[in-house]
Amino acid sequence: MSIDLETAAKVAKLARIAVKDEALPALADEFNTILGFIEQLNEVDVSGVEPMTSVTPMRLRRREDVVNDGNQQTAVLSNAPDAREGFFAVPKVVE
Amino acid sequence: MTELNRLTIAEARDALRKGDVTSVELTEACLAAVEGAGALNAFVHHTPDLARAQAQAADARIAKGDAPAMCGIPLGIKDLFCTKGVPSQAASRILQGFLPEYESTVSQNLFDAGAVMLGKLNMDEFAMGSSNETSCYGNAVNPWRRGNDATELTPGGSSGGSASAVAADLCLGATGTDTGGSIRQPAAFTGITGIKPTYGRCSRWGIVAFASSLDQAGPMTKTVRDSAIMLGAMCGFDPKDSTSADMPVPDFEALLTGDIRGKVIGIPREYRMEGMPAEIEKLWSDGADMLRHAGAEIRDISLPHTKYALPAYYVIAPAEASSNLARYDGVRYGHRAKLAQGDGITEMYEKTRAEGFGHEVQRRVMVGTYVLSAGFYDAYYNRARRVRALIKRDFDEAFAAGVDAILTPATPSAAFGLGEMTDADPVQMYLNDVFTVTVNLAGLPGVAVPAGLNAQGLPLGLQLIGRPWEEGDLLNTAYALEEAAGFVAKPAKWW
Repeated sequence: MSIDLETAAKVAKLARIAVKDEALPALADEFNTILGFIEQLNEVDVSGVEPMTSVTPMRLRRREDVVNDGNQQTAVLSNAPDAREGFFAVPKVVE
Repeated sequence: MTELNRLTIAEARDALRKGDVTSVELTEACLAAVEGAGALNAFVHHTPDLARAQAQAADARIAKGDAPAMCGIPLGIKDLFCTKGVPSQAASRILQGFLPEYESTVSQNLFDAGAVMLGKLNMDEFAMGSSNETSCYGNAVNPWRRGNDATELTPGGSSGGSASAVAADLCLGATGTDTGGSIRQPAAFTGITGIKPTYGRCSRWGIVAFASSLDQAGPMTKTVRDSAIMLGAMCGFDPKDSTSADMPVPDFEALLTGDIRGKVIGIPREYRMEGMPAEIEKLWSDGADMLRHAGAEIRDISLPHTKYALPAYYVIAPAEASSNLARYDGVRYGHRAKLAQGDGITEMYEKTRAEGFGHEVQRRVMVGTYVLSAGFYDAYYNRARRVRALIKRDFDEAFAAGVDAILTPATPSAAFGLGEMTDADPVQMYLNDVFTVTVNLAGLPGVAVPAGLNAQGLPLGLQLIGRPWEEGDLLNTAYALEEAAGFVAKPAKWW
């Protein structure tokens, strides 16, 4: 499997990271090096082996389905790059 | 008395309890040491006012006579831990200016025990790196040098600042985190002790997430005893982390008897890598001899899937990272890129993440995005999770056959020079974690213990891997190894 420039651009788009066109060839090369390394996994016989979901045999705990927090608007917004009138502000999303 | 910042946690605790020293005095000594060590670039955010206030409170508590072991002990905290009101940015530009409104459970546990925070410690960005060279703060520097050669060496990574600070006696101990070796490799590079506990032992709540199924916090200290003391204060059940283990925390220090007679120590043949330097090979066999002389049985074992641990890790960790790091969107916290006229929300995301994430983080997020994308999920991600199950099974079988702990080298080399790996391809850097990464994939406890110096006078470490939840027994074996190795060397001060 070899990653071409188009695939590299698509991955960057999916990851929401702006990558300049001139940086794509180097990026694709790096992907190919890493994926080449990962290809070794194909040597392993994994038939009948379940993919691991939890490294310790445990069920995830669930808390009671009750309100246990709230009224923290100031704290929630305190680190926002742009907050207005008690909301996070972002560029216009809908025309 | 020696300079106060050079004390171990155990020595300081005993001196505090006897009234020979105050936490304020200890803290001032450490603050002065930090002040004079700018060249190491270990501390990246300084909190002297907080430290002094905590030290005074600790002294008051000690005077009342019922203070826990960590009370009054000055520590450094890795920048990955959210600390309330104190910059916590995972060494990333994308969290520039972020001031958490909450305290991580581990740092809160330490503060509840009376510990003092001197400041935040340098690290690789989002804990992605093995040399502390991906940090937005610049490189942390190893206090050790190759004899009189002034070449700056890496303290390892990702907990490079923690390792440098402890090795240079800037603090008595430090927190680290370990996703693929990020406590143990830097500990080995700087001649200190570091333990990654069993997955679930330390709460992950409030620690900036890298790969959630692999991340664990642990102590980095000058001795095994100090790791036992500090780990006890860090860990414990936390309902805020759904993978936190609801299990009692033993008194780890009380288990340090040094008696390992009859213990079975496994030597995994697959860790004997091609091209392994002779000095690492010798360190490893010397370590096995030491444990044998202490009364342990040394047994050759096989962990057949070892070779596939690194490639499995470099699917699973980036996959989880791409998901965890999706939260950095320029909306809720941290950096937001300046937008051009007409830019919409997609441009905001893309520009913010391109400016905010460094090169290695971008690369891993994109590799993770790729292996999780439609059509490749099964071929990469699910296959890696199957291989992970086999790696864990290897360990399960070894332990079921009676092995108590496994001895391996901690790293494939001593600390290398900063910049020496710049031109290498990313996989070369990843190979640093070849001996440590299996332990994260299997969720096991692993400890790095300094065991000798190489020909250039640099520290080398050995790793012991234990059974799940048996950190106490593991630390006791590490204690026996520490006693036998008698590693007392310190870096000569140049900074």
